Parts: sequence; structure tokens; C-alpha cells
Amino acid sequence: MSDDKDFVTGIDSNAKKTPRRVAFITRRTSAQVKVTDEEQVQSYPELLFRVAVAIEVLLIALVVTALLFNAPLEGLADPSHTPNPAKAPWYFLGLQELLHYFPPMVAGVLVPGLVVMALIVIPYFNINIEADGLFLRDRKLRVGIFAAVSIGLTLFLLLFHVYVALAGTLLMVAVMTFAAYSSPQSPSKFRRYLASKPLSFWIMTWFLVELVVLTAIGTFFRGPGWEWVWPWQSY
Amino acid sequence: MAKTLENYFNDLRRTRLWRSVFRSGWGTSTLHRSLAIQQNVFLHLFSTKSRKRMMSFSATWYLGTLTFGTFLILIITGILLMLYYHPSVPQAYADTKDLQFVVSSGMFLRNLHRWAAHAMVFLVFAHMFKVFYRGAYRPPREFNWVIGVVLLLITLLLSYTGYLLPWDQLAYWAITVGSNIALAVPVLGEKIHFLLLGGNAVNANALLRFYVLHCVILPLAAVVLIAVHFWRIRKDGGLYSHASEPRTIAQQLATANVEAAKPEAK
Repeated sequence: MSDDKDFVTGIDSNAKKTPRRVAFITRRTSAQVKVTDEEQVQSYPELLFRVAVAIEVLLIALVVTALLFNAPLEGLADPSHTPNPAKAPWYFLGLQELLHYFPPMVAGVLVPGLVVMALIVIPYFNINIEADGLFLRDRKLRVGIFAAVSIGLTLFLLLFHVYVALAGTLLMVAVMTFAAYSSPQSPSKFRRYLASKPLSFWIMTWFLVELVVLTAIGTFFRGPGWEWVWPWQSY
Repeated sequence: MAKTLENYFNDLRRTRLWRSVFRSGWGTSTLHRSLAIQQNVFLHLFSTKSRKRMMSFSATWYLGTLTFGTFLILIITGILLMLYYHPSVPQAYADTKDLQFVVSSGMFLRNLHRWAAHAMVFLVFAHMFKVFYRGAYRPPREFNWVIGVVLLLITLLLSYTGYLLPWDQLAYWAITVGSNIALAVPVLGEKIHFLLLGGNAVNANALLRFYVLHCVILPLAAVVLIAVHFWRIRKDGGLYSHASEPRTIAQQLATANVEAAKPEAK
């Protein structure tokens, strides 16, 4: 027998569940493992039962909330009397906060349009598929680009006085710098985790941080004339 | 032996009427349980079997399920609210006041609808981020991710159009602030603004348009896309689990095999 084997052998270790099988796969057939002996359960009743329980818990939580807190209702709509501040629903307050700094064309059309476009193309650009850490390859070049982008973005936000978005950005820059100087061999689990994260992870996390920061600022820290107020101040 | 409740159910399931409705018959065998999913027009969107590891709470936090749950609550409470509501000015506001103070449990109904709507917006965002961080949008699931993004937009529009319906100061000015953004769109801005509001300002026409969008067009679009969204989970191979991916398995095989078992490179 020649040493030049053109097959691999695989054995499932759980003999009670699966009879032992040895698969001979020649190179020419280029077989690909598509199915494993992963444990599966019947969707009915296993999955449907869990779904029903989850929705019931949700319903109970919402019913209790509805019993304890009343939905707001103000006076009849009056086009001649503008409340100050006039606020959109909370999930648009991040956008409204941006409108405070940028012209409507940018904050109201360009930014949301680009965000939606970016979300749609995520799966089509092989983003995150290799899932290699951002700073693991071409380190010098990538750290350089990262520094340039960070400084550029910081200057841009300073120029338009968007200090609230700057806070989130600087936080992300700090964490990413920490990631750049962490390695997969680090004894710290957290640093290994940071080192393994790809570019798409960092962009999405930055987006999440800004979304939360801007929405929170717009909701709790803005009063008449969109001036800064503290949440405990009444206006 | 006394007949238990279960016995009665079993008798019921054997009746001709029951069997004419549920074609699959009834039993606890794997076949019967598979048929229960396959032979049901709604449940057949799902696969008959699911990976056990995806049942755990930590795998998905059940965010998609919970989002769908809020949607069901919103449909039921929404239909009940429609029974007490006229989309006209200023009757809409009077109807909302009646819901608060006259209609039995009207206040509760409106509260539940409102808080469920907020919960749905929050849960849709949470679901999206969880799916991203799990990497569950990867091929062949790209298109289901896109449907999800469209469903996110529909959810926001549903919530936004519903915001106007009470016709109070809060509603009126929130919609005025929001719809003014449409004016910033180059070239078509004013046309879009006019189309959305049925006029140049938020008025009775806008209320009617938002009502139709909120109660008919957007929910229908949502229902259709949710059905496709669920069906694609089955078609794309079940919920994404990193450990079950062919790529991951190939890697594990490559590292697990002893050197001698590997084909030599030529």
C-alpha cells in the first residue's frame, strides 16, 4: 500500500447514538461535509413550547407596565402654538440631535440614507467572514490608517461642535487602541477577545455607541431651544 | 378508571370533525410531530426539526420571537382600538379622550398598545445587533438580513404613523418635526412632503393618510415580509449557529486529524 492516501477518515465518538462509520472520500469527488450529527429536537413541541412561554412572559411584562404607567396625552393639536421643545418619538431623537448640528440635508437625509445602505450591504461585502482581528495583519499600515481616521473624525466633530458624538468616538478610539496593543496570545481573556475582532465589529459597535449616546442626549438632556438641561431639571 | 381531561382531548382528536381540520392526525411519534409542522399552513414556515443548541436562551435571547410577540399584541390591541376611533379632526382627539375616560378598559388598551409599540422598536434594534454580533447574516442568509432591514424600517414607519393618531400636541408637533425632514431631500423634497401629508402642513388629510398607512398598508407589508423572513430561516438551513457551519466543521476536521490522515500536498 502506498503512503500517498487520498482520503480522510472520520469517526463519530458517540457509539450509542450513531453506529460507527468510516467514510472514504477520494480527492476527485471533492466531497464536502454538509451535515453533522448535531443533536436536533422536534420543533413541535420543543420549539413551539419555548416560543409560547417567551411570548407569555413578554405579555405579562407589558400588561403590568400598561397597568402601572399611562400613555401620555396632551392638549388638542394646535398649529398656532408650538411647544418648546418639540420632540420626535425617542427612537428619532438621535436624528433630531444630529439636526441640531448639521443642515437637514446632511442629518435628515444623507446620514440615515447612508446608514440604511450600509446595513443592507453588510452581508454582500464578505464582511466579517474571515473574522480576522483588525490589527493582526499588516499591523503597521492598519494602525496608521486607524490613527489617521480617528484624528480626522475627531477634528470633524470638533469643527461642528458635536461634543456628544465626540465622547462616544473617543471612547471607541480608546478601546480600539487597547485592542491594537493586545494579542491573541495575551493571558487576559478580555484582551484576547478585543484582539480577535474584525473591522466590521468595530464599525457596528461605534454605530451602536453613537446611537445610544445621541438618543439618550436627545431624550434626557435637551430642553427649550434644544439647550442642554439635566434630567432632574424641570423646564 | 375516571376519565381525565387528557382522555377527553384524545376522544376529541379522534372525531371526524377534528380530523377534517387537522389532516396530520395526532400522536406522539416523530412522524406525527413532523406532520404537525409540515401540514399546517402557518407552522410549515418553520422546519420540523431544530438544533438543540439554538434552544438555549443565550443563543438568541429569543429577540426575534419577542419582536413577533409584540407585533401580535399590537395587532390585537390595534384592532380593538380601531373600534373606538374616527380618523378625523378634531374627533380623533375626542375619541382618544373617550378611550381614556369613557370606554371600559380603554385606558389599559391604549397603554398596552403604546408600550408594546415602544417595546417592538427597541426589540427590533436589539434583534438586529444580536444577529450582527452572532454573524448570522452570513451567506446563504444575506437576503434574510436585507428583509430584516426592511422590516426595521417598516417598524419605525408603523410607530411613526401611529404617533400622529391621538391628534394631541405631542403627536402633531412630533410629526411636524419629522415630516419637515422630507423637505430637505434634494429636488423631490416638496413633492414627497406633499405626498406624505396630502397637503403642505399636518392637517386632516395627513391624519387620514397616516391612519390608512398605520392600519392597512404597513401592517400588510409587515405580515408578508415577516412570513418570508420566517420561511427563509428554514430555507437557509435553520438558525445560524457558528459551531454548525460547514466552514467551522472543516476547520475542526483539519485540526483534529492526525498528520498521517491528511492528504499530502503535491
